[in-house]
Amino acid sequence: MIINHPLLGPCDAQEFTYLGDARLIDRPDGMAGDAEDAFYHYAYLRDNPAGEHRELWFHEQGDRSWLVVTRNTVTHQITSVELARDVARKQGRGV
Amino acid sequence: MRYSGFKILKEALSGHKGWTPAWRNPDPKSHYDIVIIGGGGHGLATAHYLASKFSQCNVAVLEKGWIGGGNVGRNTTIIRSNYLLDGNEPFYEFSLKLWEGLEQDLNYNAMVSQRGILNLIHSDAQRDAFIRRGNGMILHGAGAELLSADQVRREYPFLNFDDARFPIKGGLAQRRGGTVRHDAVAWGYARAADSRGVDIIQNCEVTGFHIENGTCVGVETTRGYIGAGKVGVAVAGNSSRVMAQAGMRLPIESHVLQAFVTEGLKPVLPGVITFGAGHFYCSQSDKGGLVFGGDIDGYNSYAQRGNLPVIEDVAEGGMALFPGLGRVRLLRMWGGVMDMSMDGSPIIDRTHIDGLYFNGGWCYGGFKATPASGWCFAHLLATDTPHDVAKAYRFDRFRRGRMIDEKGMGAQPNLH
Amino acid sequence: MNRLPTGGQIDRTTRLRFTFDGLPYYGHAGDTLASALLANGVRLMGRSFKYHRPRGVLSAGSEEPNALVQLRKGGRQEPNTRATVAELFDGLDAASQNAWPGLKLDALAINDRLSNFLTAGFYYKTFMWPAAFWEKLYEPIIRRAAGLGAITTDADPDGYDRGFLHCDLLIIGAGPAGLAAALTAGRAGACVILADEDFCMGGRLNVETHALGDQSGADWAAGVVAELASLPNVRLLARTTVLGAFDHGIYAAVERVADHLGQPEQGKPRQILWRIYSGRAVLCAGAIERPIAFANNDRPGIMLAGAMRAYVNRWAVTPAQTVAVFTNNDDGHRTARDLMAQGVDVAAIIDTRADAPACDGVQVMAGAQVVDSSGRLGLKSITVRQANGQEHRLSIGALGVSGGWNPNVALSSHQRGRPEWDDAIAAFVPGGALPQGMQVAGAALGQFSTQGALAAGAGAAIQALSDLGKTAQAPDLPMAEDGEVRITPFWHVGGTKARAWLDFQNDVTVKDVTLAHQEGFRSVEHLKRYTTLGMATDQGKTSNMGGLAVMAELTGQSIAQTGTTMFRPPYTPVALGALAGRSVGRDFRPTRLTPSHAWAVEQGAVFVEAGMWLRAQYFPRTGETGWRQSVDREVRATRGSVGVCDVTTLGKIDVQGRDAAAFLNRIYCNGFAKLAVGRVRYGLMLREDGIAMDDGTAARLADDHFVVTTTTANAVAVFRHMEFARQCLWPDMDVQLISTTEAWAQFAVAGPQSRALLQKIVDSEFDLSNDGFPFMACGEITVCSGCPARLFRISFSGELAYEIAVPTRYGDALMRRLMDAGREFDVTPYGTEALGVMRIEKGHAAGNELNGQTTALNLGMGRMVSDKKDSIGAVLSRREGLQEENGLRMVGFMPTSPQDRVIAGAHLLEKGAALRAANDLGYVTSACYSPTLDSYIAIGFLKAGDTRLGDVLRAASPLTGHDTEVTVVSPHFVDPDGGRLRA
Repeated sequence: MIINHPLLGPCDAQEFTYLGDARLIDRPDGMAGDAEDAFYHYAYLRDNPAGEHRELWFHEQGDRSWLVVTRNTVTHQITSVELARDVARKQGRGV
Repeated sequence: MRYSGFKILKEALSGHKGWTPAWRNPDPKSHYDIVIIGGGGHGLATAHYLASKFSQCNVAVLEKGWIGGGNVGRNTTIIRSNYLLDGNEPFYEFSLKLWEGLEQDLNYNAMVSQRGILNLIHSDAQRDAFIRRGNGMILHGAGAELLSADQVRREYPFLNFDDARFPIKGGLAQRRGGTVRHDAVAWGYARAADSRGVDIIQNCEVTGFHIENGTCVGVETTRGYIGAGKVGVAVAGNSSRVMAQAGMRLPIESHVLQAFVTEGLKPVLPGVITFGAGHFYCSQSDKGGLVFGGDIDGYNSYAQRGNLPVIEDVAEGGMALFPGLGRVRLLRMWGGVMDMSMDGSPIIDRTHIDGLYFNGGWCYGGFKATPASGWCFAHLLATDTPHDVAKAYRFDRFRRGRMIDEKGMGAQPNLH
Repeated sequence: MNRLPTGGQIDRTTRLRFTFDGLPYYGHAGDTLASALLANGVRLMGRSFKYHRPRGVLSAGSEEPNALVQLRKGGRQEPNTRATVAELFDGLDAASQNAWPGLKLDALAINDRLSNFLTAGFYYKTFMWPAAFWEKLYEPIIRRAAGLGAITTDADPDGYDRGFLHCDLLIIGAGPAGLAAALTAGRAGACVILADEDFCMGGRLNVETHALGDQSGADWAAGVVAELASLPNVRLLARTTVLGAFDHGIYAAVERVADHLGQPEQGKPRQILWRIYSGRAVLCAGAIERPIAFANNDRPGIMLAGAMRAYVNRWAVTPAQTVAVFTNNDDGHRTARDLMAQGVDVAAIIDTRADAPACDGVQVMAGAQVVDSSGRLGLKSITVRQANGQEHRLSIGALGVSGGWNPNVALSSHQRGRPEWDDAIAAFVPGGALPQGMQVAGAALGQFSTQGALAAGAGAAIQALSDLGKTAQAPDLPMAEDGEVRITPFWHVGGTKARAWLDFQNDVTVKDVTLAHQEGFRSVEHLKRYTTLGMATDQGKTSNMGGLAVMAELTGQSIAQTGTTMFRPPYTPVALGALAGRSVGRDFRPTRLTPSHAWAVEQGAVFVEAGMWLRAQYFPRTGETGWRQSVDREVRATRGSVGVCDVTTLGKIDVQGRDAAAFLNRIYCNGFAKLAVGRVRYGLMLREDGIAMDDGTAARLADDHFVVTTTTANAVAVFRHMEFARQCLWPDMDVQLISTTEAWAQFAVAGPQSRALLQKIVDSEFDLSNDGFPFMACGEITVCSGCPARLFRISFSGELAYEIAVPTRYGDALMRRLMDAGREFDVTPYGTEALGVMRIEKGHAAGNELNGQTTALNLGMGRMVSDKKDSIGAVLSRREGLQEENGLRMVGFMPTSPQDRVIAGAHLLEKGAALRAANDLGYVTSACYSPTLDSYIAIGFLKAGDTRLGDVLRAASPLTGHDTEVTVVSPHFVDPDGGRLRA
């Protein structure tokens, strides 16, 4: 597969390490009252769709960017690649 | 019809006119006591044991394509019970014992071949871990042997002992491990279940569950509605897809695992061998092909095919271990969709919906589990209590912090 | 001799000697092994898989199911090589396979006599009694009979390479369509790769007699190839098979660089695996002819009609002096014409079509069928049933059979493409979603005329380049044959009790398909798996279609409804060596060397693999007879005076930024926010699931600057994890990370004299006194008169100890300086073994304890997990299953007899308890002999271990034959109060 890195252009997916569903960005607040339930859902449950999937790839043998790749799990077609940091910020994550 | 050498002789002398279909091809009835979704190894085994051990014969197995077309039809055929953890080992040992009596139980020769499995050791830390595992196996009655490098060399003289990046320092052997003719497992279970009245319904895809007041009462299918007292789901890589129809999210991701077979060769590899310093495991089929595999590709996929990096990685492992493979030709490669769970261990459990039961999360180890999985799922479906050897395989183990994590990789399915 | 006096694309001036089954023969440059054997009158080349039937060539290409031989000897022995694609070279040495004692008289041909008992799937129905006989008797017999060729287990002496290529347009197949496509794209300036499996590009142009304009097909092809070769933007890859179509336009291809030579040229690989990144691809893979099944249609001499004329036209070889053709389409007639043109006697064309056209110079038997054949080791005659029902014999030496042509759709179906049935040519054509960027042109798309293929190839190239934003014009293409396909599908001759072969190699006959149908194995996948149809080394290239057609007939479905089985890579079988490339032997994985490696080699160190690293395990001295002696000495010397160990392999991560402390406070489960500058703290990292991930230290060099260390094994994963936290979880934190593992050489200097030694190295303005640089201090210093360095007063050994880091390029020098300066203290280098002994003596957890299954609580560090902050893993570490009072706790063990060995991996049971899983209380993780305590010692996990200090248990390792009585003790065997650390 080829991942079109937003900064570096097309790179072989072999340069990357895969983590999983991009929802792993949405880490719950560990100090909240319902933290144990929220973390159970966060850490263990997945949509695992047959179709479009937003997922995290790390450019381990490249610039060490974490990317959010939107890829179809049936066709493997990639429709968008974003810097995970931008995505996280857009989703309201800060410090 | 009973299969035997005598029956073959008789048929050969009378033009083979007497052979009948191995299983019927019935139309679905409007209602069954138990409906099993998934005509793979686990679903068919469940049906067989429901009928033969729990007297539940009003059972249907619904298969969206042709039976045995999923992972039971595309794997590396290995059986073993060399697990580390108490949550797993009794289950896989139960499975291995069932394999040992399978042919007589099914009257079908699935070619259970106890050729032995050898996990190679390449470092002291690995030896420590394998000693812990081997002792656990012995404590569970499964048997294990620790081999020195010299002993390994005597059994597999052609492995790379002298010019290896990661020298072979020994191995953990389980002599009762081995291989089974995988397609025959599906067919044998199907035939045996069918003979007791189970309906095996092919080309029948489930498109939805009928859930009334929190109870599952039937399924919508491409061949119409089928009512059911209980519904058991055993659909491996499609677990998330199917259970989403019941509104459930699972602790499972679907990943592709590739496997490979070479052209036929005269016998060279006596048993099953796994490389401990790279991703490679291999055995030789009765037809002569070397059957081997490696790691999953590592990304979510439903595509039943993988990519080059893993293919090359597996070939490197093979060559690193067995330098004489260089001129052996790879004949075919394929990919299966693995239901990778969050701790690498399976789930056989009820769901929060009454009447709906789930069997999945087998990762890439489902084939060897087929008999025990079928028996334990049948036990759960028939008695509403988990079988003793499967009682750790619950959904709530993640919420409760009782993971069964053989590899110690945590909640990341592609690392198991 | 069957070599024709003239013609062919062979070099008759070059005579090549070769042997087959020990007998010498001669051929010419340009021959394949198959054409040369046929030229020498050798028809019998192999035996089939199951019935050991005598077999000759069926085809003239890589689809060959029959003529498989063992090529070469020793480590180069190569089983199952298709004689039809093995290029002849001088000295070629081939042997038949799957036959004993010999090809002509094969003992296992008895199976053929027993064929009525050995029907499809017979083995599923028998060999079940008695159960133990399967492994002992039945299976060994079956296995010895099965298999095809043999390998020696010697290592392959040849090298392989892997390479990467990029192009605008990959063209697969250099027949008329492929050449036209390449010419079009090449002239337009596009970056083109043209790959063809043959050693001579041209495809069917080389084997047909059609003219292209005023040239022969072969001459036109040669001209185009010459022009393409002159274009710098075109890369020609002959002898190259494109094996598979992978995601996003990536193709794998193997180039056979040296298979046509006795052995590779010096320094050259045997084969190269190319990973080709293509913008677009055009599949011009042509078509493969299919046979017609009839009784005994597998004898040597019966071959595909297109192959027969290929042998005549390209290699000037006729398979026999008198031949006939059996066909259901006009293409078969071409074979008759071409053979007659070369003076071969064609006895008849047997055409199944009642309306078969006439053919000049030969009798066409319209509506006739071949119903049987004879000849034990080669065809002698066939029996023909005329349209009027009369049967008569024809004495012939060879029969060309044409059942029509199947477009070669394999690569179009490697992803989501599923072939579609085309009635016009009675064959499947590419269908469904093709691989991204792929088009198909020419015969592979069912465009069977030469003219059509040329035009389609050019058109496809224009379209592909247009997709890439480039323009191209179609070249002037020559006038060429433009006949239409005339075929009436006919699959097998019925009405016979004899066997009619569908899959030649695996011996699958029409009867087997009938039996599969009778027994309910009717889906194509069941058919394939039950009968083994299409599972041979040719993957059904010549057999699947016939099998499907017979099944369709039996079920009453159309062939389209019946469908095909899956096409999977590789297109043709590929040597594993090519896939592995140079990553073999000691180069299987890179080897990372520590900065002191060269020095350690000089000291005669013994090395050990630690992941990718090679580390000094111990440093034997003259007179020492075993590793234990060396290790004990290194431990005693370190604890007694001072030792030095290279610990560069530990991961190092530089953490900088205003929020560095706050960031680490979330990464580690224990607190880091308040760590003072100049201080180091031990840190435990959890995974988000609450399990211990890694441990190490974090040193605060400045307010906004930390240096984090990780274990050797987890260096990469921890860095990835921290980058995830930084980029994905807290993207606005002002923190930067960089892995500096390779940038700093780091040495542990441990032992009571370590300070004295370092004082000789560290520049004098830095105060190393216990007050000036106390336990857990850190700082940036200089050594050896100005060399920048970092000093950490941390200890893994439990002694007064430091770790000192210098830029990697000074690592070797620093090690030598330390050794020189330490001479007065008898400084001793120590390796990983002594390191391990000392950490067990001190009760530090390492890889064996941090095994991914243990929590902080298990490790005895439960109180480190702060509940006053949100750190990764803290929440899920509080789940009930991870907080059990009766859970595993890390403790130490001493054997009740000090010299009784405790084994890592032993399980813990109550004294006297039976060896049963129910009695299992835990396990030993690490064990060693402690020279300090003169006793074996161990650490491990024991249920409620913290409450059992002083209890005597059993550490049993039935696997290794050890069973040791041990006392549960604190894991801190040496200096539990830490007085030495702070000295």
